[in-house]
Amino acid sequence: MNLTLKIWRQKDASSAGAIETYQVQDISPDMSFLEMLDTLNEQLNEAGQDPVAFDSDCREGICGTCALMINGQAHGPEVTTTCQLHMRSFSDGDTITIEPWRADPFPVLKDLVVDRSAFDRIIQSGGFISANTGSAPEANSVPAPRDKAMRAFNAATCIGCGACVAACPNGSASLFLGAKITHLGELPQGQPERDSRVVAMVGQHDHEGFGGCTNIGECTAACPKEIPMDVISQLNKDLRTAMKHGL
Amino acid sequence: MTCVATQLSNRTLVKGSRSTRSTIALKLTMAISGLVFLGYLILHMYGNLKVFAGHDAFNEYAHHLREFGAPMLPYEGLLWIVRVVLLVALVAHVWSALVLTGRARKARTAKYTVKKNIASSLSSRTMRWGGLAIFIFVVWHLLHFTIGKVNPDGGPTNDPYNLLVDSFDVWWMTVIYLLAMLALGMHLHHGTWSAAQTLGLTNTAKSRATAKRVGWVVAIVIAGGFALVPLSVLFGIVTK
Ligand code: HEM
Ligand code: SF4
Ligand code: FES
Repeated sequence: MNLTLKIWRQKDASSAGAIETYQVQDISPDMSFLEMLDTLNEQLNEAGQDPVAFDSDCREGICGTCALMINGQAHGPEVTTTCQLHMRSFSDGDTITIEPWRADPFPVLKDLVVDRSAFDRIIQSGGFISANTGSAPEANSVPAPRDKAMRAFNAATCIGCGACVAACPNGSASLFLGAKITHLGELPQGQPERDSRVVAMVGQHDHEGFGGCTNIGECTAACPKEIPMDVISQLNKDLRTAMKHGL
Repeated sequence: MTCVATQLSNRTLVKGSRSTRSTIALKLTMAISGLVFLGYLILHMYGNLKVFAGHDAFNEYAHHLREFGAPMLPYEGLLWIVRVVLLVALVAHVWSALVLTGRARKARTAKYTVKKNIASSLSSRTMRWGGLAIFIFVVWHLLHFTIGKVNPDGGPTNDPYNLLVDSFDVWWMTVIYLLAMLALGMHLHHGTWSAAQTLGLTNTAKSRATAKRVGWVVAIVIAGGFALVPLSVLFGIVTK
C-alpha cells in the first residue's frame, strides 16, 4: 500500500517544530507501524536526510516505549501499543498524521521522542514498597485474597507508556497514578506506606504539571492495557483516607 | 544533548506534599459543593411543582418558606441560611473550577493538529462552558424572580403564582429557561457520575455502571422536573 505521512519534525527541545509530509510506497499490510516508519527512515537515509526520531524498545507490547499519536489517537486506532499495531489497520492511499505525546510535563526532545522521566519521578516519590534485603522470603508467607490479588495484578499490567496522558484533554496522569496506587494498595505488602505513598505520588504528579482529572474517560479508551477507570476512584479514595489521617 | 541535561535538572522530587494541597482536594471541593447544589435543586424543584396544586397552594408554600421555623428563626431565616450555604458552595465550586481549568491548560500548551475523542460524552467535554452558562442563567434567574421581579407582561409582581404564569406566557422567556435546563441536565449527567468517582465510590465495574445510570436519572428528573413548569404554562395546562 502507498501512504502519505504527516509527521511532526523538531530538531531539538529548544527548536520550534512543524508537520512535514512524506510519501511511502509498497508498504505490506503485515508490517508493524514501526516497521513502516523504519522503511521511511531507510528512504530518508538514502536521500541523505535526517531520519525521523521515534522511541521503541521491546517491540512486543511490554515496555511502553513506543509512544506515538496516530491520527489523533494514542497508539493509533487499535487497543494496543504502536509496536503491535499493524498496517492492515490502514488502507491504501490513507494519510496518517503522526505526532508526539503532547503534554508539557513530557517535553519533546526530538521529532516524535518525548522525555517521560516525569513518570519515573512519580514512581520514585512513592511507587514502591519497603522490604528487607537478604535471602528471598517464603513465597506464600503473606497470604493475599484472590480478588485483591487479581485487581492488583490487573493494575500492575500498566506499562507506563503515557497514552493516558496523551489522550486526556486535561493532560492528567490519573490513570497511570491510579494503576500504581491500586497495584500496591491492594496487597498486604503495600499497606504500611499506603497513606504516605498516595500523598507523595499525587504531590509529585501535580508538581510535574499534569492536570487534574475530570473523569471523562479518554484515558481508559486509549490505554493499551485496558486499565479501567475504577483505579482513579481508588486513587481518590486513598487520598481521601490519607486526608482523614491528617497527611 | 546539553539541552536535555538542563531540562532534566529543572525537574525535581518534591518534599512535604500535603493531601489538602492537591488537585484531588480541589476535585473533592467541586464534588461536595456540587452535591450541595444538587440537594438544593431537589428541594427547589419540589417547590416549583406545587404550581400544579393551584394558585393558593403555590403562594401558600412560598409564604410558608419565609415563616419556616418561626419563632425560633426570624422572618426569611431559613431562606437566608440556605442562601449563605449556596453562596459559599458557589464560591468554592467556581474557584476550584477556575484553578483546575488553569492547570489543565498549562498541562498542554502545544495542541495536537489531529485529536480524536473516542470515549468521552458531550456533557463531559462541556462542563466548563456548561457551568458558565448555568452561572449566567442563575444571575438572570435571580434578577427575574427574586431581586428584580421582572414581569415581562407588565402585570403585578407581588403574587408569585401570577408572576410565574405571566412570565412563561412569553415564548422567549420559556426558551431561555428550557435552554438553561438543557445545560443543567448535561452538567448533572456528567457531574453526578464524576462526583461519585471523585469521592472514590466507584471501585468496581458494577458501581461504575450504576453511577453512570444515576447520572442519567438525576439529569432527566431534575432538568425535566424544572422544565415541566414553563412547558405547562406555555401549553395552557397551568393558567391564572
Ligand atoms: C456556577 C457555575 C458552575 C460552573 C462554572 C461549574 C463548573 C464545573 C466544572 C468545571 C466541573 C468539573 C467537571 C469535572 O470535573 O468533571 C463541575 C463539576 C460539577 N458540578 Fe458544576 N459548575 C457550575 C454550577 C453547578 C451547579 C449549579 C451544580 C448543581 C447542580 C453543579 C454541580 C456539579 C457537580 C455535581 C460536579 C461534579 C464534581 C466532580 O467532578 O467531582 N455545578 N462543575
Ligand atoms: S495506565 Fe495504560 S495508558 Fe496509562 S501509562 Fe499505564 S498502560 Fe499506558
Ligand atoms: S516498543 Fe515496547 S511496548 Fe512498544
